[in-house]
Amino acid sequence: MSKIRPSKGAPYARILGVGGYRPTRVVPNEVILETIDSSDEWIRSRSGIETRHWASDEETVAAMSIEASGKAIADAGISAEQIGGVIVSTVSHFKQTPAVATEIADKLGTNKAAAFDISAGCAGFAYGLTLAKGMIVEGSAEYVLVIGVERLSDLTDLEDRATAFLFGDGAGAVVVGPAQEPAIGPTVWGSEGDKSEAIKQTTPWTDYRDGEVAKFPAITQEGQAVFRWAVFEMAKVAKQALDAAGISPEDLDVFIPHQANERIIDSMVKTLKLPEHVTVARDVRTTGNTSAASIPLAMERLLATGEAKSGDTALVIGFGAGLVYAATVVTLP
Amino acid sequence: MAATQEEIVAGLADIVNEIAGIPVEDVQLDKSFTDDLDVDSLSMVEVVVAAEERFDVKIPDEDVKNLKTVGDATEYILKHQG
Repeated sequence: MSKIRPSKGAPYARILGVGGYRPTRVVPNEVILETIDSSDEWIRSRSGIETRHWASDEETVAAMSIEASGKAIADAGISAEQIGGVIVSTVSHFKQTPAVATEIADKLGTNKAAAFDISAGCAGFAYGLTLAKGMIVEGSAEYVLVIGVERLSDLTDLEDRATAFLFGDGAGAVVVGPAQEPAIGPTVWGSEGDKSEAIKQTTPWTDYRDGEVAKFPAITQEGQAVFRWAVFEMAKVAKQALDAAGISPEDLDVFIPHQANERIIDSMVKTLKLPEHVTVARDVRTTGNTSAASIPLAMERLLATGEAKSGDTALVIGFGAGLVYAATVVTLP
Repeated sequence: MAATQEEIVAGLADIVNEIAGIPVEDVQLDKSFTDDLDVDSLSMVEVVVAAEERFDVKIPDEDVKNLKTVGDATEYILKHQG
C-alpha cells in the first residue's frame, strides 16, 4: 500500500480581523407599525429592537458580503490573495446555485480560494468559524474568510405581528488564520431536528411556484417554545463551551450571543449568572435579528465602540432554525 | 412530598415577584398573569421554568397557553407534580 503524505496545518487558529456592513436604510418601528397592529412600546418591551436596517436592491447578499469582507481583510492586515477559503452562511440568498461564496471570492481578488455556502440558520456564523478553524489546523488553507450575511427583509411577513419587527439585513465577516497559541476554543454544537417546527420557512418555494400558497414564503416561529429553548437549553450549551475551553465566567470579558431578541439575551445572562464585569453584546437594539450575520456584526460594533478590546476573551453562541446551535470561546481580534 | 395549594400559590408569588417585580401579596388565585400581574408571554416562560424546578413538574409549551390565571397554574401543578 502506498503511503499518503499527510497535510500540515498551523498549531492553532485565531480570528485576525472583523468587518461589518449595515444597509444604508434605517427602519424605525414606526414603519413596521404601518402593517401590523402593535406599538413601539410593545415591540421594544418584547424584543429590545428600536431600529433595523433593510437592504436596497443594490445591497445584495454578495455586495454586502464584499463590503464586510474588505473591512475584515484590512483589519487582519493580510491581502485577499492569501485567503484560501471563503465560507458564506446565509438562508436568504435566493439563487440556489452556484454558491454565492464563489462570486465573493472572485470579486475580493482571492487566488481561486475554495468557496462554498452553508445553511445553519442563526448558528451559521459559529458553524463557519468551526469549519474555518478545522481547515487551518488541518492545513487546507492558511487564511479563511467566514461571512454571515442575510437579507431577512425578503423573508419577513410584514403582516405577522409576532415577527414583522424582528428581522434585519446585513453582513459580518471575520478572517481566521494561523496562531501559535489557542485562540478559538472547542466548539459545542449540535442539532435537534425534532424541533424543526419551532422556526422555519412557512412553505417550500415550489408550493409558491405551483400556486398552492398565495403568499411568498417567510420565516415564522413559535415564540414561547423558541424562548424557552434559547434561554434555558442554550445557557447549558454556553456553559459547556466555557468548561470545554477551561474558562470560568470570572475569566470572561465579553458575551456575544446571537442577537435574536434582547429578552433572550437578558434571560441568558441571568441564567448563566455572568459576572457584572462581562460586556454583553446588545446590537439587536439597532440592527434587529440578522441571523447568521448577527454575531460578527455585534463583535465588530463592540470593538469599534471600545466596549470590547483586542485580546479580550469572548463567548460566542449561535442558535436557530433546525434547531441548531454552536458555541465556542474566542480571543477577540 | 407534594406541595399543598397554599404552598404552590406562595411559591408562584415568590417566582412572579422575582421575575416581574410584583408584590407577593398581589399574587392571588383569581389574578391573570398577563392582565393583572404584568407577566407577558416571554416572562410567562420564565415563570413556568422556575415553577417546574420548584415543584418538580413538567409543563410543556402546548400547555403554557392554558395557564391564564394563578389558579390555572396552581391547579395544573397540583395535578401534575412529582
